[in-house]
Amino acid sequence: MFTFILQLSLGIMAVSTLLYVIRVIKGPTVPDRVVALDGIGINLIAMTALVSILIKTTAFLDIILLLGILSFIGTIAFAKFLEKGEIIENDRNR
Amino acid sequence: MQLLHFAILAPFLFAFIVPFLYKRVKRVHTGWFVLILPVVLFVYFISKLPITMAGETVRYAAEWIPSLGINYTVYIDGLGLLFALLITGIGSLVTLYSIFYLSKDKEKLGPFYVYLLMFMGAMLGVVLVDNVIVLYMFWELTSLSSFLLIGYWYKREKSRYGAEKSLLITVGGGLCMLGGFILLYLMTDSFSIREMVNQVHIIAGHPFFIPAMILLLLGAFTKSAQFPFYIWLPDAMEAPTPVSAYLHSATMVKAGIYLIARFSPIFAFSPVWFWTVASVGLITMVWASFNAVRQTDLKAILAFSTVSQLGMIVSMLGAGAAALHYQHSEYFTAAVTAAVFHLINHATFKGSLFMAVGIIDHETGTRDIRRLGGLMALMPITFTVSLIGTFSMAGLPPFNGFLSKEMFFTSMLRIAHADIFNLDTWGVLFPVLAWIGSVFTFIYSMKLFFRTFRGPRKPDQLEKTPHEAPLGMLISPVILAACAVSLFFAPNVLSYSLIEPAMNSIYPALLTGGDTFHVHISQWHGVTAELLMTLGIIIVGTIGYVTLSKWERLYGLFPKKLSLNRLYDAVTGNMEKRSYQLTSSYMTGFLRDYLLYTFAAFIILIGTAFVMKDGFSVTTKGMAEIGLYEIVLSLVMVSATAATVFAKSRLTAIISLGVVGYTLALFFVIFRAPDLALTQLVIETISVALFLLCFYHLPKMRRKKKTRTFRMTNFIISLGVGVIVTMLGIASSSEKTKDSIASFFTAYSHKLGGGNNIVNVILVDFRGFDTMFEITVLSIAALGIYSMIRTKVKEEGEER
Repeated sequence: MFTFILQLSLGIMAVSTLLYVIRVIKGPTVPDRVVALDGIGINLIAMTALVSILIKTTAFLDIILLLGILSFIGTIAFAKFLEKGEIIENDRNR
Repeated sequence: MQLLHFAILAPFLFAFIVPFLYKRVKRVHTGWFVLILPVVLFVYFISKLPITMAGETVRYAAEWIPSLGINYTVYIDGLGLLFALLITGIGSLVTLYSIFYLSKDKEKLGPFYVYLLMFMGAMLGVVLVDNVIVLYMFWELTSLSSFLLIGYWYKREKSRYGAEKSLLITVGGGLCMLGGFILLYLMTDSFSIREMVNQVHIIAGHPFFIPAMILLLLGAFTKSAQFPFYIWLPDAMEAPTPVSAYLHSATMVKAGIYLIARFSPIFAFSPVWFWTVASVGLITMVWASFNAVRQTDLKAILAFSTVSQLGMIVSMLGAGAAALHYQHSEYFTAAVTAAVFHLINHATFKGSLFMAVGIIDHETGTRDIRRLGGLMALMPITFTVSLIGTFSMAGLPPFNGFLSKEMFFTSMLRIAHADIFNLDTWGVLFPVLAWIGSVFTFIYSMKLFFRTFRGPRKPDQLEKTPHEAPLGMLISPVILAACAVSLFFAPNVLSYSLIEPAMNSIYPALLTGGDTFHVHISQWHGVTAELLMTLGIIIVGTIGYVTLSKWERLYGLFPKKLSLNRLYDAVTGNMEKRSYQLTSSYMTGFLRDYLLYTFAAFIILIGTAFVMKDGFSVTTKGMAEIGLYEIVLSLVMVSATAATVFAKSRLTAIISLGVVGYTLALFFVIFRAPDLALTQLVIETISVALFLLCFYHLPKMRRKKKTRTFRMTNFIISLGVGVIVTMLGIASSSEKTKDSIASFFTAYSHKLGGGNNIVNVILVDFRGFDTMFEITVLSIAALGIYSMIRTKVKEEGEER
């Protein structure tokens, strides 16, 4: 029963990811896509957690942390890119 | 290493000293130093005569590459010695002549004598070496040195053209010959000619027999300027006259004849050999003598005449092969006697003629027959030499050419009566063609002689006031002309000293016991068919010469487009043009085209392999179950991929690509590869960031956000690649024949590697080498990026 619930949740998360992908594809604006990408990242975290419960391992816990960091950095980078046009600014005093 | 080894190498060694002598000793003409060498060698080779006259041979081996069977083996027999004497003897005379011909102050003598010595050594090597590979080496050295000598006046366009042409043709033939040698090696397992002759019975029945023979003959025919390869020789006349006299009349062009004679014991019993050699020789003779008549340049006449005479010798060598099929072989070996005798005769009179023409050129400033005339009284000695040379060439008594021409007719008439190889039907052509060729020979000889020395003087057309040449220049042609006369009166001096030993090496197996070839050359053998033929030549030839101006127009009828030179120029010119066109047709410079070729080749090769080998198979055995979320995730990946491909803007493509990467990471999670998932996530993030960086820095002009245009070819190719790769994947996973070695790693990673993370233990312990070089790759990439950004090479014109 527990396995079934886990698998069902995984299925739901996968469907949700698919819907995010549709948003990524359709847009219509770039921020829409970026937010969808961020959502996909969070979904990935959830799915990784579910998988590790399903296969009874702790090996994927690193990935959850990493995903959290990366999707944050990624979204920030995108946001900065959209805002200023570049990600790493040149130091003017150099 | 015996003395004989050094005798062959001596010219090469001496060639090293020549530049020093040329630079240091300015007062003396370098040729005087060079002259010593061929004279010494000539005397040395004369001292070897008793050996071959006794029917014996000398063979010395010296190791060169013994593991490959390539040894510097020298071998003296009748044939080799005859050629060695010709090379050194005429070499001495030519050197002497060149001392007076080439000016000490105006010409670069150092290179000239270096090339000449190189040629002499190479030629000696060709005729005295027993190992075919070494023979080939010397053979190519003759081609090379001949190329250098023809292009001696390298500032002239025509010299360069002639040198290039002769190199292309002779080296092409030389390569064919090498192929023939290799085939012979495959048949006999030996590089030694002697050994090959001993294994004739093996060679005879071998499937390589005919290819080896054809390749070998191609080498011989190109070198000896036979039809249709003779075209390089008239163009080689741009060389200095001593070179023409030496290389293109007496020695190099006879290398092919040497080759034919040398390999006669191996191939001659074959009908193909007989027909090819004899008919090519005759065709060459007739064609070249026919063409010689129309020439107006003295050297061109002599060049065509050389071709024609070589054809005559070759045809006699071919005709002699008939002897192998008869019990009473003496009847047909007469042809070989005649060939060898004419070989010597031709060297004497053609050498002297070239030198005489050189004198005329030197003293009048022109070689054009239309501007010359009436030189008889002005240049009496040259006149006498030319008289002997041309009349001997035409085959008139009392000169040596008469004897060999009579013998030529004898052999051709005998061939006509043979009853082998369908000769009873076609044989009659042989004497007829020989006779026609001789008539033309008579006409051009007379033209050469009378147009130059008789007729009205044309002093206004000459650049210099003609006068007799200096004495030194006359010595060599006079000696050769004297030979030509004395050989008529005493031809039997040569019979058993040179001709008989040479025949013995051409047909060693023909005579049994202590038998010798009966060689007796007589000036008069009664009123025979041959004599009548000669008389006919004189009559018809005289009529032909007198009426030359009337029928000379016939040559104009011959279409110029059909000439072999045209063909050569068209082939070489078109080859360059066509290959350029071909190359530029597919080397477009666009990367997309090259990718197209690569992928198309991939599809075609692997697809054909699938079809030919019936390689595709599917089994469902051992497959894992598929969960619902796996299907949905695959859908995610597919749709993200599709979004990348069909994206309207680049940014969308980058983001979709990121989605693909992240989903891949999730697949790694599902398929239980935490390390891979970790790495994949980080790398994907970085590369998406890099893509964004690239996207931002795209040049402004092109930022039109164009969608990709649809191309059918690209679609088909990409579809094909996808299908093929999928098929490969399915087929290879269905056909697993061996268990994987993974069980070893799971069992031993803790025990041997001291770690529980199997992936990491493999990476740094079991297969640490791969990791080390991956690290290297990354460092190189980082350094590369750094240096690409930092070092900016300024554009041309700017200062650095």
